Amino acid sequence: MSDFTTAFTSAIGLIAGFDTSLIEIIGLSLRVSLSAVIIGTIIGLPLGAAIAVGRFPGRELLIIVVNAFMGLPPVVVGLIVYLQLSKSGPFGWLQILYTPTAMIIAQMILVTPIVIALTRQFIEDANADYDEALRSLGVHGWAKLVTLITEVRYSLVTVVLAAFGRAIAEVGAVIIVGGNINHVTRVMTTSITLETSKGNLGLALALGVVLMLLALAVNAVAATVRRFAPKAAYA
Amino acid sequence: MLDITAAEIDGKLADAKSSLLPLRVDDLVYELNGVRIIDGVTLRVEPTGCTAIMGYNGAGKSVLVRLLHGLLTPSAGSCRWAGNLSASEISRRQSMVFQVPVLLRRSVEANIDYALSKRGFKAPERARKLEAILHETDLLKLRKRPASVLSSGERQRVALCRALAVEPELVFLDEPTASLDPAATAAIEQILLRAISAGRKLIMVSQSVGQVQRLARDVIFVHRGRIAEHTPIEEFLTTPRSAAARAFIAGELFEE
Ligand SMILES: Nc1ncnc2c1ncn2[C@@H]1O[C@H](COP(=O)(O)OP(=O)(O)OP(=O)(O)O)[C@@H](O)[C@H]1O
Ligand SMILES: [Mg+2]
Repeated sequence: MSDFTTAFTSAIGLIAGFDTSLIEIIGLSLRVSLSAVIIGTIIGLPLGAAIAVGRFPGRELLIIVVNAFMGLPPVVVGLIVYLQLSKSGPFGWLQILYTPTAMIIAQMILVTPIVIALTRQFIEDANADYDEALRSLGVHGWAKLVTLITEVRYSLVTVVLAAFGRAIAEVGAVIIVGGNINHVTRVMTTSITLETSKGNLGLALALGVVLMLLALAVNAVAATVRRFAPKAAYA
Repeated sequence: MLDITAAEIDGKLADAKSSLLPLRVDDLVYELNGVRIIDGVTLRVEPTGCTAIMGYNGAGKSVLVRLLHGLLTPSAGSCRWAGNLSASEISRRQSMVFQVPVLLRRSVEANIDYALSKRGFKAPERARKLEAILHETDLLKLRKRPASVLSSGERQRVALCRALAVEPELVFLDEPTASLDPAATAAIEQILLRAISAGRKLIMVSQSVGQVQRLARDVIFVHRGRIAEHTPIEEFLTTPRSAAARAFIAGELFEE
């Protein structure tokens, strides 16, 4: 308990003191994870929506696979991306191993299945309710999909938050493809791993507290946006 | 008479010629997992007034209207509309009020406006139509309210408003006054009577003999997926032909 109190005090101290290396680490964490989530959303949301309303052979199988991919182990994703990007790998010529770009790619692969699977579920549920009413009004195809997405827009905020939670918290993928290089690819989770292994438990805990505060802050912002969005009353 | 142009006469003739009705239904079957929910329905629906569909719970009334409206695909048989219209034109001339109304998560007026825009009504005309139909269905006070907070009677009224707003030739109504209080029921019936006198055809599922008496000109009695009888309203009320309908009117449980 006292360990935790010390860590918390030291964390507050670090933040309040605008510790530059800490700010740098937080900044990179946010940059990598937010980029991964934005790209993952751009890819995953339309795919999830398409699977929700589409009827094609292999659909059931695809849903099972995507749902299973929500639980991809980060180290495995890290390893696969590593093999692709390493010098001898097919994308070695890009020379992006041990850069934030590689970390963004790895996290994007981790969060996209979450976005696809949850979007698919929300839109499919909405479609079950709205399908006949919309068809009766002559709303088909794209127009129908746009309406369904609009109807579940507040649930989609939760989808994005879940994706962000997964990205910001994982360590296995970014440590393999990023390499935890100081000032270059060091993020919150890899720092915690490093400090723990060096025996700096206080500092590691402090970083852990910062990470949790960060997650809390992002969720609070999202909740506030949701609460005070002009159309929230119509949700 | 003299100042009617030839173009107008042509327009009127075209309109009359291309009416959806009468509807001819021929040996319609809807089968699901080996169960015949609609089991060989043949009928003819005339162009004007309100045709009521009655029957016990689970008889197949809702499935029948969804088949007629084109939301379900029949396993066999056909619905033939008059007038040689394209499939999209046929559906564009109809609308439906569902047994459980489905409204979008937006304001009352946005719900109506959505339907108008999806049916292709353009800007100035659309706003005018919105005002008119909100007035006609007495929804002006509720127009800004989110649909999600409405009472079930209000939801029914919005669903009816939406179905009438798109100016359909034919409206399907699946128990539009179920679970409404007498005043709300009377209000909806008034709106329906006005729609009938405006020349719209109504096909309405109802459980209320009184309501059918007030609104309908003929009654289709559905029993276990078949048409037990299709008779003019006076005859249905006084001398129903089928044992099922007789028992229904007398308020007894009918056992076959
Ligand atoms: N999607 C479905 N899957 C299985 N059974 C169905 C389905 N839709 C309808 N049924 C069955 O078909 C029968 C007729 O249903 P329908 O909804 O048409 O009854 P109804 O006459 O409208 O009854 P109510 O007066 O209760 O509204 C019922 O036994 C119902 O369980
Ligand atoms: Mg029903």
